[in-house]
Amino acid sequence: MKQTDVVIIGAGPVGLFAVHQLGIKGLKAVVIDNLDKAGGQCIELYPDKPIYDIPAVPECTGEELTKNLLEQIKPFNTEFFYNERVDEVKQDKDNWIVKTNKNNEFTAPNIIIAGGVGSFEPRKLSIKGTEKYEGKSLFYSVKNKDDFKNKNISIFGGGDSALDWTLELSKFSKITLIHRRSDFRGAPHTLAEIKKLENEGKILIKTPCQLESIIGEKSIESISIKFEDGKTEKIKTDTILSFFGLVMKLGPIAEWGLNMNKKTIEVNSKNFETNKKGIFAAGDICSYPGKLKLILSGFHEVALASVECFKRARPNEKYRFEFTTSSKNIQDRLGKK
Amino acid sequence: MPKITYKDNKGYSKTIKVENGLTVMEGAIQNDIPGIDADCGGSMACATCHVYVEETWLDKLPKAEEAEVDMIDMAYEPKKNSRLSCQLIVSDELDGLIVTTPEKQS
Repeated sequence: MKQTDVVIIGAGPVGLFAVHQLGIKGLKAVVIDNLDKAGGQCIELYPDKPIYDIPAVPECTGEELTKNLLEQIKPFNTEFFYNERVDEVKQDKDNWIVKTNKNNEFTAPNIIIAGGVGSFEPRKLSIKGTEKYEGKSLFYSVKNKDDFKNKNISIFGGGDSALDWTLELSKFSKITLIHRRSDFRGAPHTLAEIKKLENEGKILIKTPCQLESIIGEKSIESISIKFEDGKTEKIKTDTILSFFGLVMKLGPIAEWGLNMNKKTIEVNSKNFETNKKGIFAAGDICSYPGKLKLILSGFHEVALASVECFKRARPNEKYRFEFTTSSKNIQDRLGKK
Repeated sequence: MPKITYKDNKGYSKTIKVENGLTVMEGAIQNDIPGIDADCGGSMACATCHVYVEETWLDKLPKAEEAEVDMIDMAYEPKKNSRLSCQLIVSDELDGLIVTTPEKQS
C-alpha cells in the first residue's frame, strides 16, 4: 500500500493543476486515471479544438493545454497510474484507502475527485445480447494486431479509428466497413486510400446502413445489416470491431456514500469538500450554487481545496499563505534558484 | 414563451415553456426531463442530448453543421431525424416543437 498526502482521481486539466497547488505547498500526490494518458476530456473529446477562455492564454487547444500543465507540474515528480479506475474508497480512521481495479492500494488523508463526468469507456453496440461475444469476437479496440489476422472482419464507424484500422487490417484480413451514412470523417489521404482499396476490390464498404443482428451461438458467424431503404443484407463475419467513440460513465463514484446531485458531487464552495471529511471534488464533477463547468473554475476549486488538504495532511504545522513570486519555499519546490 | 414537448418511446410526454435563446437541451436539463443527459455541457462532444425531431419539424430547423452530424454518428440508434438538442436554439419559430428521446442515451 502506497502512502501519500493526496490521491487525485482524474488526470484532466483540473487534476493536473491540483498537483501544482498541492506541490507548491509541499504536499505529495498520486494521480489515477482510467485513460492511458493525461488530459481527460481535453485530450479525448477535443484535442484540436481551440479553447479561448483560459486566463492569459488567448487561444490554445486541449492538447496544448494538457502539455503545458504537465510541464508546469514537472518539478513535483508526481506518480501517475494510467489505465486504472478507482473502484473502492474506504475510511481508515483519519485516512482514506483507495483501491483500483488493478488492485493497487493507496492510503492518504485526502482525496480530490477531479473526475469530469466519470471514466471514459467505449460506446457499446446498441443491440441486445452482444456481451457474450465481447473480448472473443466483438472488440471495441485493437490491442494486438496479430489477433486480427486471416479473419472476416466487419468494422463499424465512420471516424478515424474505423478508417485507420480498415486500412491496417485489410493487409491480412477481409474487411467490410459499415457506416450509417455515406460520408466518412477522416484525413483526405486516408479517405483516398480507402476509396482506392474499395475500387481494387480489397475491401467492401456498406453505407448507409446499421447493424440489425448478430448470428451465431457462441461466436459470431455472420451479421445482418439494414440499409436506410429497409433492405437487409447478411455478411459473413467472424469478428466485429466497433468504433463509436467513448462514453463517460460515472461508475463506482456513485457508491462511495457522497451526496450526489444527478451525476455530480455536492461540495461546499469554501474548500470544495464533500459530505465526507477529506474527500474533495473539483471541476465538472462537483456542484454548488452557481457552479460553472469551466476549466478555470476547476483551477480555482483545487487551489482552495489544497489548503484544506494541507491542514489535514500536516495537522501539526501552521498553514501560511504564500505567493510564488516571493516565497523561497515555493521556489525551492519548483527547483528555481 | 415557446412551448417545447419532450417525449420518450414509452409514452412519457411533457410540454414546457422554454425561454428564447436557451437550447432545447438546456430546457430539458432545467426541467429534469429524463433521457437528456448532456454530459459534455453542450460542446457537441458526447451525443447524450440526442433527440429525434418530429418529422414535420425537420425542414423548419436550421441545418445541422458538420460537427453535429459527425457526433450523431456516435449516438445510440441515429435516424434521419436525429439532432443534438444542444444545437437547437429556442425561438418563436420553434414554438410547438416536439422531440423524442431515444430508448437509451449512451
